[in-house]
Amino acid sequence: MRWLLILSLAAFSLAACEREDREYRSNPVTAETNEKIALSPLSAGPGSPSEQRSGLGQQYEENAYHISQGQRLYTWFNCNGCHANGGGDSGPALMDDRWIYGGQIENIVQTIREGRPNGMPSFRGKIPDDQIWQIAAYIRSMGRNVPKPAAPSRRDDMSSVPAEQRRPPGEVIDGGQIPPSAQMPQ
Amino acid sequence: MTRAITSHDLDAVPEVSRLATGERGGVPGIQSEADAPPSPDELRDDQVDGPELTARLAKTWGTDKGLIGTLSTVDHKIIGRRFIVTAIIFLFLGGLSAVAMRMQLALPENRLIGPDLYNQLFTMHGTTMMFLFGVPIGEAFAVYLVPLMVGTRNIAFPRLNAYSYYVYLFGGLMIWVAFMLNIGPDVGWFAYVPLSGPEFSPGKRADFWAQMITFTEVSGIAVAISIIVTVFKLRAPGMTLDRIPLFVWAELVNSFVIIFALPAVVTASAALMMDRLVGTHFFNPAEGGDALLYQHLFWFFGHPEVYIIFLPATGWVSAIVVTFARRQAFGYIALVLSLIATGFLSFGLWVHHMFTTGLPQLGASFFTASSMLIAIPNGIQIFCWIATLWDGRPVFRTPLLFIIGFFFIFVAGGLSGIMLASVPLDTQVHDTFFVVAHFHYVLIGGNVFPLIAAVYYWFPKFTGRMMSERLGKWHFWLAFIGFNVTFFPMHITGLMGMPRRVYTYLPEMGWANLNLVSSIGAVLFFGSFVLFLYNIVSSASRGPLAGANPWDAGTLEWAAASPPMPQNFDRIPVVTNREPLWANRDSLPVVAGLSVENREQIVSTITHGRADLRESSPEPSIWPFVAAIATAILFVGSMFTPWALVWGSIPLAVALMGWFWPKPSTEDER
Amino acid sequence: MRRVGPFALFAALPLGGCQGWQSALDAHGPSARSLADMFWIFVAVLATVWVLTMITLLLALRRRRPADTDPLATDPQTERRMTITISVAIGLTLVTVVSLTGLSYAAQKVLFAHKGGALTLLVTGQQWWWEVTYEDPQPNRVFTTANEIHIPVGEPVLIKLESSDVIHSFWVPSLTGKMDAITGRQNLIQIQADRPGVYRGQCAEYCGLQHAHMGLLVIAESKEDFERWREHQISSAIPPNDDERQRGMEILLSKPCVMCHQIRGTDAGGKVAPDLTHVGSRRYIGAGTLETTRGNIAAWIVDPHGIKPGVNMPTIQLEPDEVQPLATYLEGLK
Repeated sequence: MRWLLILSLAAFSLAACEREDREYRSNPVTAETNEKIALSPLSAGPGSPSEQRSGLGQQYEENAYHISQGQRLYTWFNCNGCHANGGGDSGPALMDDRWIYGGQIENIVQTIREGRPNGMPSFRGKIPDDQIWQIAAYIRSMGRNVPKPAAPSRRDDMSSVPAEQRRPPGEVIDGGQIPPSAQMPQ
Repeated sequence: MTRAITSHDLDAVPEVSRLATGERGGVPGIQSEADAPPSPDELRDDQVDGPELTARLAKTWGTDKGLIGTLSTVDHKIIGRRFIVTAIIFLFLGGLSAVAMRMQLALPENRLIGPDLYNQLFTMHGTTMMFLFGVPIGEAFAVYLVPLMVGTRNIAFPRLNAYSYYVYLFGGLMIWVAFMLNIGPDVGWFAYVPLSGPEFSPGKRADFWAQMITFTEVSGIAVAISIIVTVFKLRAPGMTLDRIPLFVWAELVNSFVIIFALPAVVTASAALMMDRLVGTHFFNPAEGGDALLYQHLFWFFGHPEVYIIFLPATGWVSAIVVTFARRQAFGYIALVLSLIATGFLSFGLWVHHMFTTGLPQLGASFFTASSMLIAIPNGIQIFCWIATLWDGRPVFRTPLLFIIGFFFIFVAGGLSGIMLASVPLDTQVHDTFFVVAHFHYVLIGGNVFPLIAAVYYWFPKFTGRMMSERLGKWHFWLAFIGFNVTFFPMHITGLMGMPRRVYTYLPEMGWANLNLVSSIGAVLFFGSFVLFLYNIVSSASRGPLAGANPWDAGTLEWAAASPPMPQNFDRIPVVTNREPLWANRDSLPVVAGLSVENREQIVSTITHGRADLRESSPEPSIWPFVAAIATAILFVGSMFTPWALVWGSIPLAVALMGWFWPKPSTEDER
Repeated sequence: MRRVGPFALFAALPLGGCQGWQSALDAHGPSARSLADMFWIFVAVLATVWVLTMITLLLALRRRRPADTDPLATDPQTERRMTITISVAIGLTLVTVVSLTGLSYAAQKVLFAHKGGALTLLVTGQQWWWEVTYEDPQPNRVFTTANEIHIPVGEPVLIKLESSDVIHSFWVPSLTGKMDAITGRQNLIQIQADRPGVYRGQCAEYCGLQHAHMGLLVIAESKEDFERWREHQISSAIPPNDDERQRGMEILLSKPCVMCHQIRGTDAGGKVAPDLTHVGSRRYIGAGTLETTRGNIAAWIVDPHGIKPGVNMPTIQLEPDEVQPLATYLEGLK
């Protein structure tokens, strides 16, 4: 009976520690991570496309501190200039489940790094890599694709959208469809 | 079911008896009301005597052995002991975090502890000391001693009392486990918004703080209610209002302050949790909320909180000064009225924590006046105690030494508080180490030193053994010197510009030497607590045996055995004087007629203490423990989802139904 | 009387507290001076109260009524005398408290009366630095700097305090008391220095991880020096005057620096971090954490979290041969 208690406490501890870990100093100084993610689920030959992930995704997506930093950086780097508070403006919406270039966190990281056609700038060299991951984690939280305790709550700001932790969960559709903002007359 | 005590019952007892030993005695005239005739089948305590009475009552009032028995106990002494031990454990944990902080601050730009851990440490230190030690320790001593001092067998609402201990324990465990898992709160013990709000405090850290508040405040209010009812309604016959011991008055006033102050902080923490969890805008200026609202709510509680910590200590000081001056208290009425005045006035001071927030000046100056004015009732108390010592014959044993330390330290702290009460001076020293020095002087001088004295004083009653006098004197000097070496330099560092809550400081600031002195003092001061712990542990097993009244004190708890039997007194005493044991040295008058086989207490009138009713006292029950578990599930769950309030209330409802399920009373069967 | 010993030792300690560039007792402005004077008056009065109380206590402890006296026995004459003494003492305490309240109120009225001078500043507390905007009726003379305030000697300067994130508190003890910067409201504080000098201040309200390293400097100088400083601050950044600095500027413009920092006169236009246009002219970087030298600037850029863990500046990727030119360029932005 006592051992069960200790074991369950230990199990909780593993879960809690990662969510609340505060890694300030990226160590070593971050070079770009190497993600090789397919944008399409199809592949030549049997099976799914071969992919290579750095594995950082889970670490950022499930960490409340990183997501909260991403929330700050989203405004600081003026992402809402084109994407508003996730609803999209001249840029596509980020809080829905439609992703032109893939909605997993590695896809979003690559989007921010490379830029994309039709207006998304490339931020390589201008936003350090760990901050790109933080912003990507925040964007994932917009669609409630992160654990609820890690997602940020409302901002101390005028409230235009529900808090990220209170939105209904979204599902990622790989290689999705053209969003309404891209269908508007140019 | 209650039955009135009849004069027939009282006349049946031939003589006055000494309660602890059960010698024979008689009963002076006690007023009562004749009512229904007594049942002839039930065994009453006027029909049995001596050791047989003691044994039968111990069986009726005792606690079963085994795990279920231990968890079901409603004996106020066992629960009081648990409260005291738990609070002292939290005192040690808080002290360890303080020593860690002082080690980090000993050197400029020290790299012992980083900012994140340091922020968690000072938050845990403040939170533990204020919520998990400061308030509960006063309540703990009340739970143990008030029923003994008013001459009754158990506290009012014993199961609520048990429940509140478990809730307190779970709340304290929750936040310390969170700290061990690196999710301890790091927002300061006061958790100002917007720093503790949803945007700037990611994760669940601040939620643990807010929910711990809920746990401890439920527990605190429950105990306060029990104490008030005990003091008002369960006093021994003859204990009129002006014969109530000063300790009991202090705990009574304290309980009222608790009931009125704690809801404010529960409101603040609940609003904070709603902001964080559900997205309300209580404290969001952009949507019409106000960051200052939190400060008002918190400090409306926060200032009475420090009086909640101080008032029980005035009770300890009164009790110890009277015993060790060998003289009844001087100025009893003045002391009681000062307690009540302090309790009322403490609600009118809270804005002095907000003098630098830009509030209108005229309003702020009102709070300067009231903050300085509270020195008057405090001063009356100090002067009355000194007068008692003046006209007495001081006995210099360890408890009195610590009380003398209290005088030195607390008065100094109170006077630095007068400085802080002034708005302009406060703009310089607010949020610096000067404030840290001030409140440690008043809190440690005003609560911890009397607490240590109280432990030395009542240890023989709790355990039946005396603590070592030699170790006690070493303890006192180490504590006194260590405390002053630690905290006096902080007055100076604060004036030299060192703000609070900084994990390090630059070498060129010139604060390094004084901080090193403080840190050395902290080690000494902590060492005194280690010595204290050693004294407690070694005396508990090997100390010299104490009788019922080793200090020759005057209040009723010294008439019970050491440690007291489960029933406290074989027969309920009758009180004719403020110091019953000094007025009746040879034998204490008692009233008889309570059942021996069932748990019964005398309920008396509020002002005159006239015996009125026989009330049955609840039996041991496991439901308080179950209800506390259900409460913990409800509270912890609601940190993660608001649905926990819905689903979590179901087990709580079940537990409460079990608790209050009407049971046929044993009396009804007869 | 052996308890007096430790106190004599402590009495000597305060003498060390008077000097210091962040000391409330080392006053260099009219407000701080009146506060320091008031402080000493309070100390004198209250210390006397304490000493008298302790003497009474010690005398009380020495006085002993005869042994074996009944503890309940009280002598009516003694009771009467003690009642009178205590009443007198309470009366004196009341008088003391009321006069201290009056003194405090009088000083409060003076302290919070804002006369308003020619100079108005807007100071915004940020996590964990101070954004300082010098206001001016002419918009092209408004400029923003960080963590260092220059004021002319002898003139009152009005500071509007705001906060962009959490509650901070603006405190320069040598000049005046503190005032909180609270989100959602604007507070006012007035500072004035009597003689030229460098006065340090620090944030005095817990604001997160690096509350400990949120210092600021107030430099009071003569009117001419101040005007010269102000003109220079309004101007754009000094262009690089040698190859190394030129290379440093190019490195800066190609790195993440431009996303957050502004250097007027270049393409760097970020608004969320301290303005670097004249960073070399400031005495400290990192909000009073490191002195402005080339080595410290390089250390800060290479490893900000080693110095100020948790700060919002990220670790950026720099080649080893880029560090020196970048630091040289920034140091040259005087």
